[in-house]
Amino acid sequence: MTDTELRTVTVEREIPHPPEKIWRALTTQHLIEEWLMKNDFGLDLGHRFRLRGDWGSVDCEILDVDPGRMLSYSWNHPHEDPAYNLESVVTFTLEPSGAGTLLRMEQTGFRPEQKQAFGGAMGGWRIHLENLEKTVAALG
Amino acid sequence: MTQSPDLLFRALADPTRRGLFERLCLDGEQTVAALTAGAGISQPAVSKHLGVLRQAGLVLDRHEGRQTHYSAQQRALAPLVDWTGRMNRFWEARFDDLEDLLKRMDQ
Repeated sequence: MTDTELRTVTVEREIPHPPEKIWRALTTQHLIEEWLMKNDFGLDLGHRFRLRGDWGSVDCEILDVDPGRMLSYSWNHPHEDPAYNLESVVTFTLEPSGAGTLLRMEQTGFRPEQKQAFGGAMGGWRIHLENLEKTVAALG
Repeated sequence: MTQSPDLLFRALADPTRRGLFERLCLDGEQTVAALTAGAGISQPAVSKHLGVLRQAGLVLDRHEGRQTHYSAQQRALAPLVDWTGRMNRFWEARFDDLEDLLKRMDQ
């Protein structure tokens, strides 16, 4: 056992659109901006780009590309508070299915050292309250 | 101590309660009177809000003479800071936006 544990988040969805179209949405700068974040994305292996959101930015690097089928990039979120410092890899896979495409996103990373955040650092909890507000707002 | 996330969400959905919780996080333990001084609402109203925060496990009360002191329990926020849960919600929302975009791309 180590202090940091590898964690995976998987989100999978049947989407009624062909893989080629979803691929465009995953790999075109102005389209990525519409569903994910502002970016300077590029599809070349090793290309480094940054995703920029209201709350901060994510540093990325293209790790693997199988056009129309699979896209993998690093997803690192450096933060001065180690509790929120995140290093992970995001992999999208597209599989044709009856109605369209089975899109899967898998994010694997080291769990941030959350315990430290509760030990006394006061800074991080604001972020969670902001997230909470959004979540509550979304619940209507 | 595990609290229902519902209680937690409800407790923090109110801006006045978030304000009280924030002050306790930043300034440490305080009496109801001290909290009322900065809250802009009556002491009974502050007490009522503190009661809701206490039920959600967000604050702890300590009685000393006639005074009740409240302190923040940041550990109660754990259900909100779970990384996998947060990222899961993040990606589900992104997929919603992606589907909206794909619909627009047809037009």
